[in-house]
Amino acid sequence: MAEWEAVKPDNKALAWFEERLPVLGLVNNVMGSATPTPRNLNYWWNFGSIAGLMLVIQIISGVVLAMHYTPDTAVAFDSVERIVRDVNYGWLLRAMHANGASFFFIAVYIHILRGLYYGSYKAPREVVWMLGLVIFLMMMATAFMGYVLPWGQMSFWGATVITNLFSAIPVVGEDIVQLLWGGFSVDNPTLKRFFSLHYLLPFLITGVVLLHIWAKKVSDSGNPLGIDVKSGADQIPFHPYYTIKDAFGLGVFFTILAVFIFYMPDALGHPDNYIPANSLVTPDSIVPEWYFLPYYAILRSITFDIGIPGTDIVFIPAKLLGVIAMFASILLLFVLPWLDTSKVRSAKFRPTYRIFFWILVADMVLLTMVGGRKPEGIWPLLGLIGTGYYFMHFLVILPVLGFKEKTLPLPESIANPVLKAAK
Amino acid sequence: MKFVKNIAIALVALTGITGAASASAAGKHPETQKWAFEGPTGQYNQEALQRGWQVYKQVCSACHSLKYFHFRNLSDLGYENDMIKAFAKEYEVAGEPDEYGDDTVRAALPQDVFPAPYANENAARASFGGALPPDLSLIVKARHDGANYLYSLITGYSDAPADHEVTEGKFYNAYFKGGQISMVPPLSEGVLEYEDGTPATTEQMAKDVVQFLAYVSEPKLNERHHLGMKVVLFLLAMTIIFYLSMKKIWKPVKEGKNFYPDE
Repeated sequence: MAEWEAVKPDNKALAWFEERLPVLGLVNNVMGSATPTPRNLNYWWNFGSIAGLMLVIQIISGVVLAMHYTPDTAVAFDSVERIVRDVNYGWLLRAMHANGASFFFIAVYIHILRGLYYGSYKAPREVVWMLGLVIFLMMMATAFMGYVLPWGQMSFWGATVITNLFSAIPVVGEDIVQLLWGGFSVDNPTLKRFFSLHYLLPFLITGVVLLHIWAKKVSDSGNPLGIDVKSGADQIPFHPYYTIKDAFGLGVFFTILAVFIFYMPDALGHPDNYIPANSLVTPDSIVPEWYFLPYYAILRSITFDIGIPGTDIVFIPAKLLGVIAMFASILLLFVLPWLDTSKVRSAKFRPTYRIFFWILVADMVLLTMVGGRKPEGIWPLLGLIGTGYYFMHFLVILPVLGFKEKTLPLPESIANPVLKAAK
Repeated sequence: MKFVKNIAIALVALTGITGAASASAAGKHPETQKWAFEGPTGQYNQEALQRGWQVYKQVCSACHSLKYFHFRNLSDLGYENDMIKAFAKEYEVAGEPDEYGDDTVRAALPQDVFPAPYANENAARASFGGALPPDLSLIVKARHDGANYLYSLITGYSDAPADHEVTEGKFYNAYFKGGQISMVPPLSEGVLEYEDGTPATTEQMAKDVVQFLAYVSEPKLNERHHLGMKVVLFLLAMTIIFYLSMKKIWKPVKEGKNFYPDE
């Protein structure tokens, strides 16, 4: 961990305060000029700060939306329409919040993939990685509950499908589902508790984000070469170099987000959610938001029981197995630092891993497509193959690759190759 | 700028996937029309909105409600406030109970919702042979490719193919899921005369009423497109400034300057 550098403001009042609570020092040592940072971070390192800012935007727009929204099945849908039609700039707030959720996920997915590519999860950054996964899981819960609030057809049926998953858990499953619902079906109590939790979770996420940044501070930033910082020449101050680089990245990201907000605010949503929830009419196909599609595909791809063949004995019924597979697909990532046995961090020096990384990305895209289709024709089979490959990547390929792969020679230091590239 | 390109490609792929995912509904694919409100500079055409409102009022409103449309919203269509007040007065809505607690009716005011053609869902189903004419407030946003779909549906009635048996009281329409719809073909030439003298062909009326319903689904589109241009241009300019600043600030780093002692 880098040395802690105290800040001594010239202003007397500020200096007095800083002595008692060093907030300026904190900022300065996390993202200030007293934060030595590898000099070779590329644009893929922008998405941490982008994700952080998206969280802030979601909280601010969400808090204002909550001033006008009513969590009651009788009027929830109407209250959203009222926000969009009659509240000053309500249409903008709502479009920001709905598209902001999608863009938050885009930022986080890129952030996670960057971690996978450059081996950011490896020692000594395992805890940074795991805290990130905790944030990811909490985000998924928050986004899921948020999608229920407008109380359209997809809200209602999505909530019904997802909450019903918990009924697959042996013995206590039914009780858990009733607890989630606050009754015997998705209804008014469900909507009210989802609203309450949707408001609560982002603040808990903020707490874990602070831990995530703290853990990053302790172990220092990784870098595209995946080698440790060896001398002062390898580092530059975070401010102004990475603050301005992050600002540029934010500018690009927000410009794209603004195009969605102003010109295609419903492109990432589903038309059925403009039909008020109706428990008597099931939509044509129930599809979650795009960012859940790969996991939805994993869930649905398991259609077989595990038991003794040729008998009626079933150990794990298909539904439970699907639920286990879905949760395992993310929980698995918590042990990734130990599943990946390679000593080399960055895929830059792991030619074979690099190929498997891109196959994994293609596999996730495939699963996203499968998740959005009806389980007919070729799609269930593709889903099963995609699911199988996903687990094989982490459970077989990665552990074996660490021993078998011929990695490329690592550069001497960060400063060396960087300097060479400049001249 | 490879990174920007990567993101753009990813986004295009993403919208492609989600778009394809929701395009799975049965029924013939709608014909694509040109709409005034499409594209980044698209705006509703006020004359078309007024004509579309006339079509809704004289034809559609016999069966379909418009529960998010208030008399006051007519000002968006270019009508003056006193005209709206006078127009609203021609309609009756439920009032407060009187001193004996009996129901009353009163003349409508601008803040009232345009009255529905029936008292409740059961009443509607009873008069339409069990079918429910949906509320049209959000119909354009609640269907995939809503404006084109609606236009195709309204103008898409035809004789059923030989192998398609149409249920008694229903009509063949290739664009509707399942191929048959309870709605009587709503528009035909001569069903109304436009106040502004535009020839009221079926296609013209369909186009106008779809634009009107698109407006009711998305009343803030004009404002959204206006503000969007300013916001996107501002963000672009800001991003360019950030980019140039970054190039300037990073120059010493690129030239290999060291900031920390090389221990």
